[in-house]
Amino acid sequence: MGEFDFTVWGPSLPFIRDGLLFTLRLTLIAMTGGIVIGTLLALARLSPIVPLSRLAGAYVDLMRSIPLVLVILWFFLVIPYLTGAPVGAETSAVITFTAFEAAFYCEIMRSGIQSVPRGQLDAARALGLKPAQTLLHVILPQALRNMLPVLLTQTIVLFQDTSLVYAIGAKDMLKAADVVGKNYNRPVEMIVLSALIYFAICFGLSLAVKALQKRVAIIR
Amino acid sequence: MIEIRNVSKWYGQTQVLNGASTHVAKGEVVVVCGPSGSGKSTLIKCVNGLEAFTQGTITVDGISVGDPKTDLSRLRARVGMVFQHFELFPHMSVLQNLALAQVKVLGRSQEEAAARGAALLDRVGLRDHAAKFPGQLSGGQQQRVAIARALAMDPICMLFDEPTSALDPEMIGEVLDVMVELAQEGMTMMVVTHEMGFARRVAHRVAFMDHGEIVEDAPTAQFFEAPASERAKTFLSRILHH
Repeated sequence: MGEFDFTVWGPSLPFIRDGLLFTLRLTLIAMTGGIVIGTLLALARLSPIVPLSRLAGAYVDLMRSIPLVLVILWFFLVIPYLTGAPVGAETSAVITFTAFEAAFYCEIMRSGIQSVPRGQLDAARALGLKPAQTLLHVILPQALRNMLPVLLTQTIVLFQDTSLVYAIGAKDMLKAADVVGKNYNRPVEMIVLSALIYFAICFGLSLAVKALQKRVAIIR
Repeated sequence: MIEIRNVSKWYGQTQVLNGASTHVAKGEVVVVCGPSGSGKSTLIKCVNGLEAFTQGTITVDGISVGDPKTDLSRLRARVGMVFQHFELFPHMSVLQNLALAQVKVLGRSQEEAAARGAALLDRVGLRDHAAKFPGQLSGGQQQRVAIARALAMDPICMLFDEPTSALDPEMIGEVLDVMVELAQEGMTMMVVTHEMGFARRVAHRVAFMDHGEIVEDAPTAQFFEAPASERAKTFLSRILHH
């Protein structure tokens, strides 16, 4: 192989861009779906209805006890059995990540909900708000705000973890870099490039979270 | 307006209310006092069903609070409540705090709710603070907003749970002034407080609680001049002589 040759970066860019777009789309969908489903799971876990709370707890414990890459493989192999037709690596990845991340967002939202003082619930009820209204207008907005930095940090982790879809051949950024690297026989250069892109995006997001944290702290 | 009959409540083995009975007639102001841990706050929270009770009956405007068939949300919307720690919603502006339940519970339009809210802010002397967030206000200001928020629902009566206990001494007066004014306008009020000056000025009756019981329930003058029970005498001598 000899010397490094970074000229391969030029022709790789269209592939990297397409891969990156998929990675970002996967991250956004899994984040949105994960937070919504995670919030529902958190409500179930905090519910006084014991079977519901247990069921949600079991789901969260299960997802948090299995390596993500196994969940990815398992979903990819099992979903076709359930639906009767193959769904494709990309769709499978979206479903897997949403389901997996929901368990982590659940725990974040649960502590967020518990961080809202009991008196807020009393005040909302005393005004005649119904339980769903209390949740929607009083409890969840405060829980989300209290947890915003942690939710975003989890999203950064999620962004990095999407690289694991490599295992089922979904065309994310890492896969694109891998393919180009093989075609041009420059795998090391392409791995360096994808590492740089991951680093730039994650580091940028971390800085943004820190800035946001300061702003949220001032509003409080 | 408010009828409390023989109300008892247990937390597991601990009895926190023991056959408490009292009443607040329309237009009447009743102060509930007593040592801390005597069950005052628990009792007042039973009145709008924020706390459940084990035995006895409470009716508000003829509606039974303990009846499982009662629509508690609907009843609570008609009963104003002010809390020790204000409990304004920190993520909303002052005006949004006042408008939320008017819109969501009473079905008023945003404009109507904002107009009513602004009028009430004016009344509690906080007209210029409508756009601020609760965290930007002093404790006394927050509590006046909380009173305005309760009044915005046009309540048939008001419950106050130690409204000045969390305030710095210099801010107590501004909150009591609003409450005195409200009492003088004929609002039906049940007030848990240690502010005996307020009780003397506006209360029609004082109910004294100890160990979950209402030990004494007497017209204000009689309560202060000639308390019947030893426990009330001890309490008064402690609270008035320092």
